[in-house]
Amino acid sequence: MQKIILSALLAASLPYLQAQETVLPAKEQQGSFYLINATIHIGNGKVVQKGAIKVTNGKIEAVGDNVAVPAGADNVTDLKGQDIYPGLILPTSTLGLIEISAVRATQDAREIGELNPNVRAIVAYNTDSKVINTLRSNGILLANVVPQGNFVAGTSSVVQLDAWNWEDAAYKTDAGLHVYMPSLLPRPNFGGRGGGFGMGNFGGQGNDPVKEGLEKMEGLKTFFREAKAYQQLADRKATNLKFEAVKGLFEKKQKLYMHATTAKQILVALDFVNEFGFEMVIVGGSESYQVADLLRQHNVSVILQQPHSLPTAGDDDVDQPYKTAAQLKKAGVLFSLSDDDSQTRGRNLAFNAGTAAAYGLDKEDALAAITLNAARIMGVADKTGSIEVGKDANIVVSSGDLLDMRNSNVTAAYIQGRKIDLTDKHKLLSDRFEQKYELKSTRKGF
Amino acid sequence: MRLYKLFTWMLLLSITCAVQAQTTFPENGVADLRAGYFAFTHATIVRDANNTLQDATLVIRDGRILAIGVGLSVPAGAVEVDCKGKFIYPSFIDLYADYGIPSVQQRPASQPFDFFRTVQLETNLKGPYGWNQAIRSEQQAHMIFTSDESKAKSLRELGFGTVLSHIRDGIARGTGTLVTLANEKENLIILKDRATAHYSFNKGSSTQSYPSSMMGNISLLRQTYLDAQWYKSQPQEEGYNLTLKTWNENQSLPQIFEANDKWNDLRAFRIGKEFGVQYILKAGQNEYQRISELKGLGTFFILPLNFPAAQDVEDPSDARFVALNDMKHWELAPSQPAAFEKAGIPFALTTSDLSNVSQFALQLQKAREYGLSDNKIIDALTKTPAEMLGVFDKVGSLEKGKLANFLITTGPLFRDKTVLLQNWIQGNKYVIKEDAGNIAGTYQLVVSTQAGKENYTVEVKSAGAATVYAKDTLLSRFDFDGKQLKLSYAPAPVKQRPAFDSTRTRGGAGGIGPGFSGKAEQPLPPTATRLSGVANGSEWNGVGSDSLGNPLTWTATLVKQGIVTMDSAHKKDLPVVGKVVYPFLPFGWEEGQQPKSATILISNATVWTNEAQGVIQHADVLIKDGKIAAVGHGLTAPTEAMVIDGTGKHVTAGIIDEHSHIAAASINEGGQSVTAEVRISDNLNPDDINIYRQLSGGVTTSHILHGSANVIGGQTQLIKLRWGANDEGLKFRSWPGQIKFALGENVKRSASLTGNSRYPDTRMGVEQVLIDAFTRAKDYQKQWQDYEAARKTYEAGKNKKLVEAPIPPRQDLELDALVEILEKRRFITCHSYVQSEINGAMEVANRMGYTVNTFTHILEGYKVADKMKEHGSFASTFSDWWAYKMEVEDATPYNAAIMHKVGLTVAINSDDAEMARRLNQEAAKVVKYGGVTEEEALKMVTLNPAKMLHVADRVGSLLPGKDADVVVWSDHPLSIYAKSLYTIVDGAIYFDRKKDEEMQQKVDQERTRLVRKMNGEKRKGAPVIPAQPSYQVMHSCHDHGHNHGLLVIDIE
Repeated sequence: MQKIILSALLAASLPYLQAQETVLPAKEQQGSFYLINATIHIGNGKVVQKGAIKVTNGKIEAVGDNVAVPAGADNVTDLKGQDIYPGLILPTSTLGLIEISAVRATQDAREIGELNPNVRAIVAYNTDSKVINTLRSNGILLANVVPQGNFVAGTSSVVQLDAWNWEDAAYKTDAGLHVYMPSLLPRPNFGGRGGGFGMGNFGGQGNDPVKEGLEKMEGLKTFFREAKAYQQLADRKATNLKFEAVKGLFEKKQKLYMHATTAKQILVALDFVNEFGFEMVIVGGSESYQVADLLRQHNVSVILQQPHSLPTAGDDDVDQPYKTAAQLKKAGVLFSLSDDDSQTRGRNLAFNAGTAAAYGLDKEDALAAITLNAARIMGVADKTGSIEVGKDANIVVSSGDLLDMRNSNVTAAYIQGRKIDLTDKHKLLSDRFEQKYELKSTRKGF
Repeated sequence: MRLYKLFTWMLLLSITCAVQAQTTFPENGVADLRAGYFAFTHATIVRDANNTLQDATLVIRDGRILAIGVGLSVPAGAVEVDCKGKFIYPSFIDLYADYGIPSVQQRPASQPFDFFRTVQLETNLKGPYGWNQAIRSEQQAHMIFTSDESKAKSLRELGFGTVLSHIRDGIARGTGTLVTLANEKENLIILKDRATAHYSFNKGSSTQSYPSSMMGNISLLRQTYLDAQWYKSQPQEEGYNLTLKTWNENQSLPQIFEANDKWNDLRAFRIGKEFGVQYILKAGQNEYQRISELKGLGTFFILPLNFPAAQDVEDPSDARFVALNDMKHWELAPSQPAAFEKAGIPFALTTSDLSNVSQFALQLQKAREYGLSDNKIIDALTKTPAEMLGVFDKVGSLEKGKLANFLITTGPLFRDKTVLLQNWIQGNKYVIKEDAGNIAGTYQLVVSTQAGKENYTVEVKSAGAATVYAKDTLLSRFDFDGKQLKLSYAPAPVKQRPAFDSTRTRGGAGGIGPGFSGKAEQPLPPTATRLSGVANGSEWNGVGSDSLGNPLTWTATLVKQGIVTMDSAHKKDLPVVGKVVYPFLPFGWEEGQQPKSATILISNATVWTNEAQGVIQHADVLIKDGKIAAVGHGLTAPTEAMVIDGTGKHVTAGIIDEHSHIAAASINEGGQSVTAEVRISDNLNPDDINIYRQLSGGVTTSHILHGSANVIGGQTQLIKLRWGANDEGLKFRSWPGQIKFALGENVKRSASLTGNSRYPDTRMGVEQVLIDAFTRAKDYQKQWQDYEAARKTYEAGKNKKLVEAPIPPRQDLELDALVEILEKRRFITCHSYVQSEINGAMEVANRMGYTVNTFTHILEGYKVADKMKEHGSFASTFSDWWAYKMEVEDATPYNAAIMHKVGLTVAINSDDAEMARRLNQEAAKVVKYGGVTEEEALKMVTLNPAKMLHVADRVGSLLPGKDADVVVWSDHPLSIYAKSLYTIVDGAIYFDRKKDEEMQQKVDQERTRLVRKMNGEKRKGAPVIPAQPSYQVMHSCHDHGHNHGLLVIDIE
C-alpha cells in the first residue's frame, strides 16, 4: 500500500521526467505476500467472497476464504472488497509485431510467401512496444503473439507482458502453427452498368474460389503427409526447415490454429484432426455456432474473435455476434474470446467478454473465456489462467467489475508475483496535460 | 418516273424508303427501282393498343403507309397480299438498344476514390473540350453509327423496327440517334440524327479521378448546367468550349437519364427539377420497391426486363450467404412492369441490360404472367416510346403517312401459339418465320421404297407436332418451318418406358411466344425412318431413308383441314409472391406497419434528463405527438397511451452520433482537394441494414459525414434513423448544414502506394489549400455583391451609364458552400489529429473570419484544448482509438476527459457502423479514463453532439417540447450489460426488442420459403446461376483497420 502511495506521488511530482522508458519490468518476486479481503474470481467459474491469496516466490501458495494471514505483517495488502481476477490472456494479437499499422516500417507480422511454418513470431516481439502497457492497464497480462499471413503464416508464442526482451517474455514458445484458410466464398467484381453503388457481377468465371481453396487445402495435406514421412526418414539427404518446423504438431506439442470463418471452412479444417490427429483451434469462427456440435465432437476449440462485431448477414439476429459465445458454451465447445480490433489494439478484451455476458453467457464463464479457457487452448493452463495453487501469480486487482467499462478500474497487477508498474503512455500524457492546464488529477488506478 | 421519285423524296425529307434509289449514289449495273406498293388485305389490324380493325386493308407505298381501313379496294399497281387470319401490328420501338454503336470499355461504375493510388486531376482528352472527361455532350451517335445486320436481325426477330442508339460513355453522353432496323445503308435508316440527349451516373471510360462518388456525379451535372448557362454569355475567359456549346445545343432534345436504380431515379429527377428538365428515366430492376415515390415524379420510364435468375441454393452453406432481400428481389422483380402499369406510370420497354436480347420474349412473358396487360405491352413497345421522343408522327402506330413499319403475325401477340411471320420496316419485308399456314389437318402419307408402298396417316397438330399412325400409333417427330418438312417415325416399343424427364423444347414460335412445346417425349430409336421434303401447297413431296437405311420417296396429301385453336386470352392467376417491405431489407416494414408517433407513458424509471433535474429516480416520461410532453413523478397516462413499465429500467435521450458514414451511396469525393460542392444529402441510402442495427443500440440521430479524402470535403447530412423512410424522410428537418474538412495524413494521401500527385502533400500545403479556398471564396462573394449592387442600380434605372444589364458571375457550387461558411450559414466539422494542424486550422479560420465549429476525431485535442476553447470549437472524439497510423501515436483515451475539464463541449463519436451501436458504452469509457461524471459522460453521446450540430433545442435531452427521441434501457445506460429495449424516434417505436424477436422469426420463415421456391425452380429444370453471396458495401472515413465481417466490402 505504501508502495502504491509512493508511486502515485512520483507520478504526480515528476511527470516530465517520467516516460514510458522508465516503466521498468518488475524484479523477481521472492518470499511471500498476501492479498486479503477481496472477491476472488478464480477463473474456473468459481468465486470466493472475502477471500485471500498467498503468493510465494511468484506462485500462488494458497487461495480461499480461510487462508492463514499473519497479523500485522507488512506483506499483507487489504484490498477492502476489491475484485481479484486471473491475469487476462489476449489469445490472438499482433502485439509487439506491429506498432503502427499504417507505417510499413513498423510492421513485422506478415512474411512473404504462403508456406512459412518455420517463421516464428516470438523473435520479432518487441517488449518495448508502447501498446503493451496500455493493455496491462486493463488487466491483460499475457498475450499470444500471432503472425499474419496468406496461408501458412508461422508459429505463435505466448508472452507475459512484463519483460526486458522476448526471451524474458516467452511464456510458451512456438506453441501453435497458424494457417489462414482460403475463404471458399466467391467475391464479386465491382463493375457492371449504371450509376449507383450496387454490387458488381460475380465475374471472372474462370476461377472458382471454392475449388481453388480446396485445392490449396489439399496441398497443405500433402505437405503434412510429406512432413510426417520426413520425420521417419532415416537417411535424410537434405534438411527441410519447413518439415522440421511442424514436428511439434505430430508430437502434440503444438496446436494447429486454423483461421476460419464459415461453416464450410471449418468442415474442411476437420480433415486435419481426422487424418493427422492434430490438436486444432479455430480462430475467428464467427459462424462457428452453426457447427458447434461438430466442433465439440472433434475436440476442436475456438478463439472467437471480436464479439464486438456486426452480424455477418443482414438476415442475422442483430445481436448474433454477441450471442455466439453463449451458443458455443451451450454446445460444450471449449472457447476463448479475443479482441483483435486494430484501432484499440486489444485493450477492450474484457468488455468483449462483458458483452458475451450481457447476451447469455454466465459472467464467470465470460471471464473464463479470457483466462482459464484461453490458457487451456494455448496450452499454458498448468501455469496460468486461474487463481489456483501452484500456478504463477498472474493476478489483476480491480475496484469494480473488470468486464464492465462502467466500473472496470485496475488498481494493481502481478505477473509471476511481480507487482508490475501500471503506468502507460496514456496515463503519462494525461498527467502531462493535467499539469499544463493545472487540473486536479482524477486519474484512477495504481 | 425518276422526277416523281425525286419529288417524293424531297417531300419525305429524312423519311426514306429502302426501295428508292439514292440519286447521289452511282449504280453499278442496271437500275432496279420499285414502288414497294403493297396492299395487305383481310387482316386484323391493330393500329395501336386501343384500335383494332377487323378484315381491314393496309396499303403501303415507298416505305410509308398510304392507306389503312376497312373495305378499301386494292389500288391498281399494288401487289395484294392476302392476310386472312393474320394480324398486323406496328413494329416495336426500343429506346435503349445497343445498336450500331461500338461499345465503350467502361470503368467499374462503383469504383470509389482510391486512397492507395495516384490521382488523375485533369482530362486526358485532347481538343477544345470541357474540363471533365466524363462530360461528353459533344458526342453524336449519328456521326459514328453504322448499321449492323446481324444485330438488326436479332432485334427484328423480336418485332422491333425502330431503335434509339447512343454512345454509352460518360455522365453526359451527347446525342442519340433514331434509326430503323432495315438492312439498308445508314443514309436511309437514320430517322432522326440528333434525337435525344443522354446522361448517366457512370463515368464510363473517363480515367479522371473526379468525380469518384455518386454525390460527385450529381455535383458535376449540376455545375455543368450552371456553366452551360453562363457560357451562353460567351465569357471571354472560357474561350471556345465545345462541350458546353453542344451541351446547350442538346437541351432542346428529349433528355434521357440512365439511372438504373430506384434511388438513382429520384436523384436524377431532382437534378432535372432544379434545372427545369424532365428526364425520361432509364430504370433498373428495383423500382417496384419504391413505386409510390416514383409515381409522384410524373415522368416517363424506360424499363429493362433483365429479371434476376434463380440462384442455386440447394447447398445450405451456399444459401447461408444469399440475403433475404436478394431472394425477395428475385421473386418480385418480374412484377415491376405490372407495378408501373398499376401505378399509372408511363413507360416503354427495352431490350437493354439483357445478357442476350433473345431473352426478351421470355422475360416479357414473365412480366405478363406477373400481371402486365397485353395492351400495356403494345403501348410500351410502340406508342409510348414514340411519344417520349416526339416521333409519334412517324412511328408507333399504324396511321396514314407513318412509316410502313409493321408486323404480320398468325394471331394476337404474346399468345403461346402466335408466330411472328414478317417484320416490315420502311416497306421492306423481313421474313422472320415462313408462314406455316394452317398446316393442321389429316394427311395421307404414301412412302415408296424398293419393297413397295406403305400407307400412313399423319395427324398434324402444329408446325412442331404430328402423330403418325399405321395400325398403331408410332413414335414420331415432326418439324415444319413453313417450307421444309422433317418427319421421323418408328414403332413404339412394346413396354412403355416412363416419360423422359428432360423437357425438350421444340418448334420455336418465331420469337414472341415462349415457344415451348413443353411435353416430355420418348426418344426415337436410331433406326427410325427419316423423311424430309418440301410443302408444295397442300401436297408434300420428299425423300428419305427407312429403318434399314434404304432410300425412299414419299408424298403426303391433305385429306382434312384441321382447326387451329388459339390459347384462350383469359389471364392465369397471378403468382403468389411475398410482400414489398420498407426498406427492402430484412426487418423492413410491410405497407401500413411502419411505426407511427404514439402516446407513450414510460413509468417508474430512472430518468436521465440531461437537464437541471439530473437523474430522477422512479420518474415518468410522457410522449405525445412526437414530442416529449412531460417528465416527472406521478404522471397519468392518457387513455390512448401505451404504458411501458420502466421499473428497474433507465430512460435517456436518444443517442446522437456526431460522426457516421452509414446510409449513403458514397462518402468520399476525393477527386480534388476541395470539393465543397458535393452533398451527402444527394445520395442518402435508406436501404442500409445498419440503420436498424444502430436503432437496436439506442441511436436515433446520425450525422452522415463526407470522408476524409480531401481538405475540404463535402456537405454533410444529419439524419434521424427512421427505418423504412425514403431518403427525404430520413433527413433531420430544418437543420443548419455542416461541411466536412480534413487535415493530416489522409488529405496528403500518405496511404497511397503509388505516390501522390494531388496537392497538398504536406501539412504546409494543407494550410495553403485552406487559405486559397477562402481567398477565392471571398473574391467570389465580392463579385456577387458587386453584381447584385449593379443589378439593383440597373433595375432602378438610376445609373444612366449602365445601358446593358450586368452579366452575373459564373455560379460556382464549390464557392457557394464556402461563402455559406463565411456567412455563418454552414458549420465545419473538421477531421483532425495532431496539434500543429489543429492550431493551423484555427489560425486560418481566424484570419479568414470563420470558426471551426467542430473538430472531429481530434485525438490530440487534449494538447490544445485551451486554444480550442478560445476559438470556440466543439470537440468530437473517439473514446480509445490509437496507434493505427502515425498521426494517432499520441492519442489517448484520457483525451475526452481533459478537453471536458478544460471546458470544451465534448462528444464521443463512432465513425464506425459497428461501434455506433455501443456508443453508450463508449461514453462510459470517459468515466473510466479521466473520471468524468456519469451524467456528463452520457451527455457526450446525446446532448453534446446535439449542441455541436446546432439542434440542441430539438434533441439531446428529455425536456418537454423536444422531439421524443428516447431510449428505454434494461440497465444502467453506461453499463456493458445495458440493452435498448425500446428506441423511440419522434414518438414512434422504431426498435422494440420483443418485436425484433418476432421479426427475426419472420425473416427466417421467409428465407425458408424462398430457398424452397428457388430450389423448386431448379428441380423444374429452370436455369439457375450459382449462389451469389450478398456482399454489402460499407463506407468509412478511411481511418479503419478493422474488418466488418465476411460479407462486407469496405469502401473508403
